[in-house]
Amino acid sequence: MAADGTADVETRARRDGAAAGGTAEIEIVGLTKVFGRGSEAARALDEVNLTVRRGEFFTLLGPSGCGKTTLLRMIAGFEQPTRGAIRIDGRDVAGLGPNRRPVNTVFQSYALFPHMTAAENIGFGLRMLGRPRREVEAKVAEMLRLVRMEPMANRRPAAISGGQQQRVALARALAPRPRVLLLDEPLSALDLKLRKEMQGELKRLQAETGITFVFVTHDQEEALTMSDRIAVMDRGRILQVGSPRAIYDRPADRFVADFIGDTNFLEAVVVRSVGDAATVRLPSGAVRAASVPEGLAPVAGGRVTVVVRPEHAALAEDGELVGVVEEAVYFGTDTHLHVRLDTGGRFTLRRQNMAGDHAPEPGAAVTIRIAESGLRVLRP
Amino acid sequence: MRERGFSIARIPGFGVVAALTFFLLYLPIVTLVVFSFNEAASLSRWGGFSLHWYETAFRNAQVRDVAWRSLWLATVAAGLATTLATMAALATTRTSRFKGQTMIYALINQPLMVPEIVTGVALLIVFAAIRVQTGYYGMGYLVLAHTAFCIPFAYLPIRARLETMDLTLERAAADLYASPWQVFRTVTLPLLLPGIVAGFMLAFVISLDTVVITEFVKAAGQDTLPTWMLGQLRRQVTPELNAIATVFLMLSVLAVTVFFILSRRRP
Repeated sequence: MAADGTADVETRARRDGAAAGGTAEIEIVGLTKVFGRGSEAARALDEVNLTVRRGEFFTLLGPSGCGKTTLLRMIAGFEQPTRGAIRIDGRDVAGLGPNRRPVNTVFQSYALFPHMTAAENIGFGLRMLGRPRREVEAKVAEMLRLVRMEPMANRRPAAISGGQQQRVALARALAPRPRVLLLDEPLSALDLKLRKEMQGELKRLQAETGITFVFVTHDQEEALTMSDRIAVMDRGRILQVGSPRAIYDRPADRFVADFIGDTNFLEAVVVRSVGDAATVRLPSGAVRAASVPEGLAPVAGGRVTVVVRPEHAALAEDGELVGVVEEAVYFGTDTHLHVRLDTGGRFTLRRQNMAGDHAPEPGAAVTIRIAESGLRVLRP
Repeated sequence: MRERGFSIARIPGFGVVAALTFFLLYLPIVTLVVFSFNEAASLSRWGGFSLHWYETAFRNAQVRDVAWRSLWLATVAAGLATTLATMAALATTRTSRFKGQTMIYALINQPLMVPEIVTGVALLIVFAAIRVQTGYYGMGYLVLAHTAFCIPFAYLPIRARLETMDLTLERAAADLYASPWQVFRTVTLPLLLPGIVAGFMLAFVISLDTVVITEFVKAAGQDTLPTWMLGQLRRQVTPELNAIATVFLMLSVLAVTVFFILSRRRP
C-alpha cells in the first residue's frame, strides 16, 4: 500500500537522517544486568553500549539466552538495570515505569486483552493517555485500515486467527505513535508462509509510519532480510553492529561468522599487516590478501583464523585449496560440495547448478579457488 | 483403554462400593426432599402429595425472620470475606516473593485446619469479654466471625484464577500507558471477576451452612436458619423442616453450580 504524500516525505526525511548517521533515538551506555545474588548471580547483560538511530529498523540477533530479550525489556521499562543508562530521545529513562516511556511493545505471545474486541485493544493506549473519544475512534479506524483488519474490528482475540492477532497487536502498539516500537520475536509463533507475509508487512508498516523499530530475533535470515542494522549478541555482550551486508561479508569474530550463514574456517599465518588489510599464508602454502576487522592489528608471523563464505569460493583449474569431494548435496538452484582438504579440515562450497552440467561426484579430486576479497581475518 | 498402569476401577468390588457410596450419600437427601411434599405430618409415612408444609413454613414468621437473618449474614460476611480475600490473593501472587510468604499463606487458610469447635470456643471467650467491656450485643460479632471463617473459601478460587492469568497482559497494559491502578481496573479486575464471583458464592454457601461457630457466637434472638432448625429438633418435628431444608438445598446447589461454571471458564 502506498502511503499518502506527506507521510512519504516524512519517512524519506527520517530515512535520510538515519542513513547519514542520523540522530540517536536510543542511547545505551554501560548497561549491565545481574539476576540473582552471590553465587547464583547470572550476568544477563555485560557493559552493553549501543546507539539506535531515529527511524531505522534495528535488529538484536542472537541465540536464546544471549540477553537480547532482557535488553528489550529494559528499554520498555519492565526490568531495571543493575548499572548503566538508557536514553530515549535524549532523555534518561532511569526509574520511569513502562507507562511513562514513549515506547510500545509487541509481545511474543501478542498479549491481547481477551475481554476486549480488536478495536478496544487497539484504542487502549490512547484511552489510557486520556485522548478525547472522537480522536481515539478516528485513530482506531485508521489503524484497522493500516493492518487491514476492518472486518474483524468487533471480534474478540479468541475469535480471530494467529496472524490476525499479530496484526491487532501491531496496531495496538502503533496506535499511540510511540517514538520506538519494540518487537519481541513477534513472528516466531506463525507458520512459514504467514511469517514471510508478516515480514513484508512489518517492513511496509515501518516505512509508512517512520517509527524506529527494535526487533528481537534468533532467526538470522529474518534479521538479514528485514534490518537496516543488526547487533549480534552472545552471552550478554554485543559482538558486532552493522548493516546486514557488513555483518555477513565482514564478520568480526568466530561467533558472528558461525551464527550467520554457512562458514568455512581456515587456520593461517600472517605474512604482512597494514591497516585493515593483511596478507596471510594458507595451510596449502598459498599467500592471499585478507580483510581485517577494525582495530585489530595482526602481528606478522602470528597464527589467525580466516573465514571464507561457501559462495566466495569456486572449483577451478588452479587454486589455493586442494582436496577430495566427500559429499555433494543437491539443493535445486545450487549444490553444496563438502570437500576434505589435503592439508586437513573440511571446506564447504556452494556451486550454482547450470543447465546440462553436473557437479563432481564424491571421491573426485578438486581444486578450489577463493574469490578476490573472499578472505577475512577474525578476532582471536 | 490404557493397557498398563494401576487402575483402581479394576479392583474387584469397586463398582459395588461406588454404588453403595452414592446410594448412602444421596438416599437421605432424596428422602428429605420427597417427604417435604408429604400431606401427612409424618416423616416416615407417606400421606399423599401436597405443598402444605412449604406454605406453613412460608407463613411462619419465625422462619421468615431467621431465614432473612441467615441470608443477610451470608451476603455481608461473604462480601467482606471476598474483598479481603481478593486483596490477600493479590498480595501473595502479584508481588515478588517475600520472607514469611508461606506462613502468611498458612495463616490465611487457618480456618480450614483448625477444628470449628476450637474457633467457636475461642471466639466465645473473646467476644464475651468485649461484650462486657463495650455493652455492644449486635450482629457485629456474627459478621466478624463468619467473615474470618469464610476468607479461605473465597481466597482459594481467586488465587487459583490469578495464578493462571498471563502476567504479560498486565505488562502490556502498563506498556500502553496505564498507571498501576488503571492496570488493575481495566485488565486485572475484569479478568479476575469470574474467580471473585466464584469465591463469593463459595463463601456465601459456607456462611449459610455454618452451625458450630454461629451457635457459640450468637446472642439471644440471633438465631440463623441452621441453628433455629437445630433447636426445632428438640420439639415436635414436622415435614415443615424438610420443606425449609429443601429450599435451602436448592439455594446451595444453585450457588455451587454458579461457582463451578465460573471457576471452569478459562481466562
